[in-house]
This record gives sequence, structure tokens and C-alpha cells, in this order.
Amino acid sequence: MRHLLSAGDLDRDQATLILDTASELAQVGDRSVKKLPTLRGRTVVNLFYEDSTRTRTSFELAAKRLSADVINFSAKGSSVSKGESLKDTALTLQAMGADGVVIRHSASGAAHRLSHWVDGSVLNAGDGTHEHPTQALLDAFTMRNRLGTLEGLRVAVVGDVMHSRVARSNVLLLTTLGAEVTLVAPPTLLPVSVGTWPCEVSYDLDSVLPKSDVVMMLRVQGERMNESFFPSVREYSRNYGLDGERLGRMPEHAIVMHPGPMVRGMEISAEVADSPRCTVTEQVANGVSLRMAVLYLLLGGS
Amino acid sequence: MRAQKATAGEAEGISGAQAKVPEGTRAVLDGPEINRALTRIAHEVLERTKGGQEVTLLGIPSRGVPLAQRLARRIERVEDLAVPTGSLDITMYRDDLRLAPARALGRTEIPDGGLDDRVVVLVDDVLFSGRTVRAALDALGDLGRPRAVQLAVLVDRGHRELPIRADYVGKNLPTSLRENVDVRLSETDDQDAVLLGPARSRAGSAGSADQEVDS
Repeated sequence: MRHLLSAGDLDRDQATLILDTASELAQVGDRSVKKLPTLRGRTVVNLFYEDSTRTRTSFELAAKRLSADVINFSAKGSSVSKGESLKDTALTLQAMGADGVVIRHSASGAAHRLSHWVDGSVLNAGDGTHEHPTQALLDAFTMRNRLGTLEGLRVAVVGDVMHSRVARSNVLLLTTLGAEVTLVAPPTLLPVSVGTWPCEVSYDLDSVLPKSDVVMMLRVQGERMNESFFPSVREYSRNYGLDGERLGRMPEHAIVMHPGPMVRGMEISAEVADSPRCTVTEQVANGVSLRMAVLYLLLGGS
Repeated sequence: MRAQKATAGEAEGISGAQAKVPEGTRAVLDGPEINRALTRIAHEVLERTKGGQEVTLLGIPSRGVPLAQRLARRIERVEDLAVPTGSLDITMYRDDLRLAPARALGRTEIPDGGLDDRVVVLVDDVLFSGRTVRAALDALGDLGRPRAVQLAVLVDRGHRELPIRADYVGKNLPTSLRENVDVRLSETDDQDAVLLGPARSRAGSAGSADQEVDS
């Protein structure tokens, strides 16, 4: 494994190795010295063309806990705003000797392109509406921690599937790991190709909820929408939002996940977001351990 | 701890009665000899630490962990003292990480109460170059501040590359660098034996390389 570009590239053994490594590395957060010397002398570049708080700080903290040197690079305030292309930026970073490049870009496939231009490992931290593999891995990690196993787990992914890279990565990864995924969305918010994905599709949240172990809510990505996909926020929320009443109809052990950022009152009510069955902050904490595992496995060896 | 005690005697009694010795290797310690060596080490630990009240045993994965547990059971039998026992994985502290593809991590379990002001006895199967122990010392420094750190090994095969020595040794075994010392324990390999054989290539293409060699 040299790059992490797509959750679909991982086979079951590789994915399990990443999750197992992450559970060992989770202990580092409880120690007095929260640092390991493993990546000392290696350089990780965070190349962020899109806004992000969670993912960028998570990658930064993960790399620092492994003693790597971290360079943060965001499109704002860099030569990108002067018109530099992705390739030229990549070659600049290459010349500076980056061992790993974490890239987030608004164009699908940006990470894949980058992997042909640089010698170091490329980690996809979200490319357009395509993939976000570390998010899927940390979601799987959180499910495994909470519910014990992924085999046979019934996962409903609800909301704006069309613009979501999290949904695609989760479908691919969770299927590899033996879970059964059902996508729930209004027909207008499902991608055309969804029929070829290894999952079920439903338009009716209420029929899916009682038979789900995990319900993953997705944010409606208004910033990627250039036409109207549903009549009104109120109607969307009524049909596809998770409120306390719907939470009550889920099985008792079932958990609610959200990749963040949450829009309270839209896809998730404040009551559900603050409930102990909602794993949002846990997902963030797990994100650091998981990204440490990925950085170690990609950059730690020869 | 208590629950394990009952089964401990059985497991150790059966194992190693007839060690299966693969071709080209010879057994330098059999099951009963391993047991005797561990019993002696347990007594030495108690003597040297004046009753072992402050002792914490940390096994280095993979085979140091069952050895540490066996030592703890012996100490409990002799002194009726439950010694905190855990494991310390040193993978992230190795100095040769860049020479091989990234390895899977072993378990690190630090007993409740931590390591501050304890006498930590590191337990490993074979002491060779000393690099594993160096890594373990670095790892310990990040986990707490023990009052003292000691080292117990089942086999010391020589060829140190660092100024490190063991406090408790099961058997000193002079070896050639062309030889390989293979510790097998019933917990991990279904038999108790220490085997001496020709070195396997580090690249691991040799057919019989069914397990990683701890160095």
C-alpha cells in the first residue's frame, strides 16, 4: 500500500490491519507523553484546497503524535490564489522533500492525479464528490468499537448521497468489511450510478430505521448545489431528518453517526445530536487514532 | 489472575513432554527445563527486589508476554503476591522500521496504577543485539517514570550491539551469527522448547519461515 486514494482499493485484510493498528494507537491519547517517535524526520504536507477544520486538524495532530514534521498549506494565502496549478504546487512540495501529502480538493480525482506527480505517499482527504477514505475508516472504527463487529451490521446512510464523498467511501469500505449498507435519500439526491453500487437503496426513512444498527446522517451540501433538489428545507427535514421521535423507533442498541459538520434542525435535531447514542465527538476522537494508523502504515516502513 | 491459576499447572505440565524438533535444528531447552529456568528467575526476582512488592512485569510481544504471565504465576505461588503484569509493544520505537514494510502492532497493556515508582521487569524470550531492549527503554520513558528497570530473558545468545545486559537469564547460550534461536511456547506455538538451527534469511523467502524471529 503506497497511497490511500479510495476506500475501494482496500481489501478486507488491509482494512482490518488499519482498524487494529488504530485501536492500539488509541492508547497514545491516554498517556502522559502523547507522542511516538515513529515518523521522526519525515515530512507530511497538508494540502487543503477546500475549507476544513476537522480533517485538517485531525491529520495534523495525527502526524505530530507520530513526530513527523507537518506543513500546512491552504489555497487561501498561497500561490494558488495567484493562479498556480495543482501540478506546479505539487512539484514545489516535491522539491521540498515531502514524504506524505494529504490532499483535499474540490475536484474529484485530484488525489489520483497528484499520486502520479509526487514520489511520496498521497492520502486522499476528500476529493470533490468522489471519496473520503479516512472518514469511512474512522466511521467503521467507531462502529466496531461501539457494536463489537462489522460483520452483518445493517447501516443506513441517510441524506445527500449525491454530493457526498463520505457515502461512497462508506459503501465501498463497509461492504468490504461485511456490513450491509442501505442508502436513504430523495430520488433527486441519489447519483445516477447508484444502481451499480454494492448496496440497497430506499426512499423511505421510516421503513429503514427499525431494521438498522447504525444510522449515518449526511449533511445537505448546499455549497455544491446549483439547482434545487427538494422543494423546501422544511419538507426535507420532515421526510429525511432524524428527530427524537424517529430515534425512539430505532432498535435500542442502534447508534447515530454524522461525519460533521452538523446542521441542527436540518438533517438532525438538536435532541438527537446531543443524545448519548450520537457518536459525533467520538468519531472526531477516533479520527486522530485512525489517521495515525494510516500515516504509520503508509510512511512508517520502507 | 485467580482464574488463570488453576489452568496454569495443567498447561505447563502437558507442554514440552515430547518436543517436536524440526529437521536441521536441535532442542537446547525442553519444556521442563524452561519451567525450571522460569521458577529460578521468579525466585531471583523476589530476592533481588526484596519481596517483589513494587514489581511490575512487562512482557515484550510476542513471546515475552506469556513468559511474563508465567513468571507472575510462579511469584504468586511462592509468595502469594499478585504482581501487576502487562505487555509493552516496541514496534513504534524500533530503529529498523525503515528497513522493512510497516509491521502490525502488538498489544501494549499497562497494568492499573501505572509505572511510576515501580520496579519494572521487562521480560523477553531472546536477548540478542539489545536493540529491542533499547526500544523498550525508550517506550518506558514515554509511559511513566519507573524507580528501576530490570531485564529478564529466557535465553541470552550473545552478540550485543549496544551496552545492555540482562539481570535475570534463563540460559546463556553461546551462538554463532549463522545460527537462529527459536523460542516456542505452548501459548503461542503448541509446544515448549528452545530450538537452535541455521539462520533463516531475513528476506523471508525460506520455506520454513513460519514466524517472525525476535532479535
